[in-house]
Amino acid sequence: MQIARDILLRSYRSMRTIREFEERLHVEFATGEIPGFVHLYCGEEASGVGVCAHLTDTDTIASTHRGHGHCIAKGVGVDGMMAEIYGRQTGVCRGKGGSMHIADLSLGMLGANGIVGGGPPLICGAALSHKLLKDGAVAVAFFGDGASNEGSTLESLNLATVWNLPAVFVVEDNGYGEATASSYACAGNQKDRAAGFGMPYFECDGNDFFSVYQTAGEAITHARNGNGPAMVHVHLSRWYGHFEGDAMTYRADGEVAELRADHDCLVNFRKRVTEAGLLEASALDDLDAAVKDEVDAAVAAAKVAPLPVEDDLLKDVYVSY
Amino acid sequence: MSKKSFRQAINEALRQEMRRDPRVILMGEDVAGGRGGTSGVKDAWGGVLGVTKGLLTEFGEDRVLDTPITEASYIGAAAGAAATGLRPVAELMFVDFVGCCLDQIMNQAAKFRYMFGGKARTPLVIRAMYGAGFNAAAQHSQALYPLFTHIPGLKVVVPSSPYEAKGLLIEAIRDDDPVIFLENKVMYDDEEEVPDDPYTIPFGEANLTREGDDVTIVAFGRMVKFANEAADRLEKDGISCTVIDPRTTSPLDTGTILDCVTDTGRLVIVDESSPRCNLATDVAALVAEEAFDALKAPIRRVCPPHTPVPFATALESLYVPSTEKIEAAVRSVASYKAKAEA
Repeated sequence: MQIARDILLRSYRSMRTIREFEERLHVEFATGEIPGFVHLYCGEEASGVGVCAHLTDTDTIASTHRGHGHCIAKGVGVDGMMAEIYGRQTGVCRGKGGSMHIADLSLGMLGANGIVGGGPPLICGAALSHKLLKDGAVAVAFFGDGASNEGSTLESLNLATVWNLPAVFVVEDNGYGEATASSYACAGNQKDRAAGFGMPYFECDGNDFFSVYQTAGEAITHARNGNGPAMVHVHLSRWYGHFEGDAMTYRADGEVAELRADHDCLVNFRKRVTEAGLLEASALDDLDAAVKDEVDAAVAAAKVAPLPVEDDLLKDVYVSY
Repeated sequence: MSKKSFRQAINEALRQEMRRDPRVILMGEDVAGGRGGTSGVKDAWGGVLGVTKGLLTEFGEDRVLDTPITEASYIGAAAGAAATGLRPVAELMFVDFVGCCLDQIMNQAAKFRYMFGGKARTPLVIRAMYGAGFNAAAQHSQALYPLFTHIPGLKVVVPSSPYEAKGLLIEAIRDDDPVIFLENKVMYDDEEEVPDDPYTIPFGEANLTREGDDVTIVAFGRMVKFANEAADRLEKDGISCTVIDPRTTSPLDTGTILDCVTDTGRLVIVDESSPRCNLATDVAALVAEEAFDALKAPIRRVCPPHTPVPFATALESLYVPSTEKIEAAVRSVASYKAKAEA
């Protein structure tokens, strides 16, 4: 599979940005300065980036409570995101949504969602819009193995098929729905579930950007060509807890250490592209440095950005008043 | 101008808006009804009580969508479609079914604009039938407008007549916020003169169906008719009433309610929704707080008892507020004397 150099560079930068952003949040959150909850995407970068590499601003995505990675992969600016997470008026949602509701509709990012299973029905709607407005776009729902059991998700698989919608359902299967393993909570398996709805099923390795990119490309093309919805089952792992502060006492000692050591999608990517002569190590090093600077700047700016004011409290409940 | 039923007025509002704006689409269970049926007739029902009949024929399958019986997914889809360029009118067949899709209304559609810092626009209308009086029993007879009124980000419309329904529904479809439009199922055959051309009735502006000096009656939906009937009877005994139809519970025309109560000093609120935390309670608290000095009598609320809606006619007729109960409440506030005076 040939992937253009600029796509490789952009994708690496996107994954590195997510990793840097999330690892930095892990550090900053521990200081107590960040309000509320954050749910980090470290370890899962290749999934969001591998899928979104096939999407433009017209295409729509919906995300989960673990939404920073999808946002960055879809092109939402790091400055606005960091300010939002810090609850500042300069945040991409003006401090009104926070980490769990980060959205940028101008980029087709329908939002992180605080409700497990909240995204799939919305994506049926976005796909319906794309279909009726005939704009050639697709709508992609990211959700986890936990959400795959929600009635709203299963209904959405049915509805998307019945209405032949240009929708792609990406199951980011990290093996845990909060503190409970999917081996316990999921009856059957994703493949048979998709087959049960008559929906094409694709499967890939979420630690390998190339696997995700290839597989997601097939699924997205299927939907974009008017053939109806598809499911993409991505096997991956999250390196942090369900939320920051979760001591992960439900995971065996050494489980995360092994994942970091042996299944890092960024390490895998670097190894593959340098060994194949697709990109130079120095190009990747340059991106690493640029991304670090960008995230540093975003944090520094967020820490001093203006807070929302009382006027903001009452604004934007409705369009008309 | 011509005589139209509540059902026809709603059908006409939908039809005229769908002609005007190609982004307006309908979806719901059996709104065409039924796709895939063996008779080959794709709009056999046109809605369970025929409200959307004929719309599939005019606008086609792309714009009038039968859904599977999956409220969570299609109400959520309506929300997602509204946020991405369409103007869906989704039907929740009975408002009682909101239990199956409350997240999509309450946590998604209602909150996009606020959570996303003012950058989302969700021009969604959800139509639903409400109300007791058909022996439809506990799970098909509730009046849940208080539930929706409670949620910031939603607008809630409770029309009282065919004329009101057409104007308010056209307004709802043109409104850029999520609107819950509640139709009392017992009223579908009620008729009155309704303009043939499209027109709108603004939200948050109450209608006074009559003005009087002695008692203010605030009534919602079907109860407006009963309030007027009670006022007719009371007029014969020299008690003159103002009857306020707020039309929308969110936004609520608090100004008109307070002005009228300041004039009369006496308030009766008629609300067929279940009594704890309903609109009668909401209006009573508003008036007690803001017009306390004007009150000459306690506020009286005419509501059902705190029970599920019963099935048997003998019980359901006791459940729904009646003209007699309204009349009795008005008489009691009209004749009230404070204990110190008595």
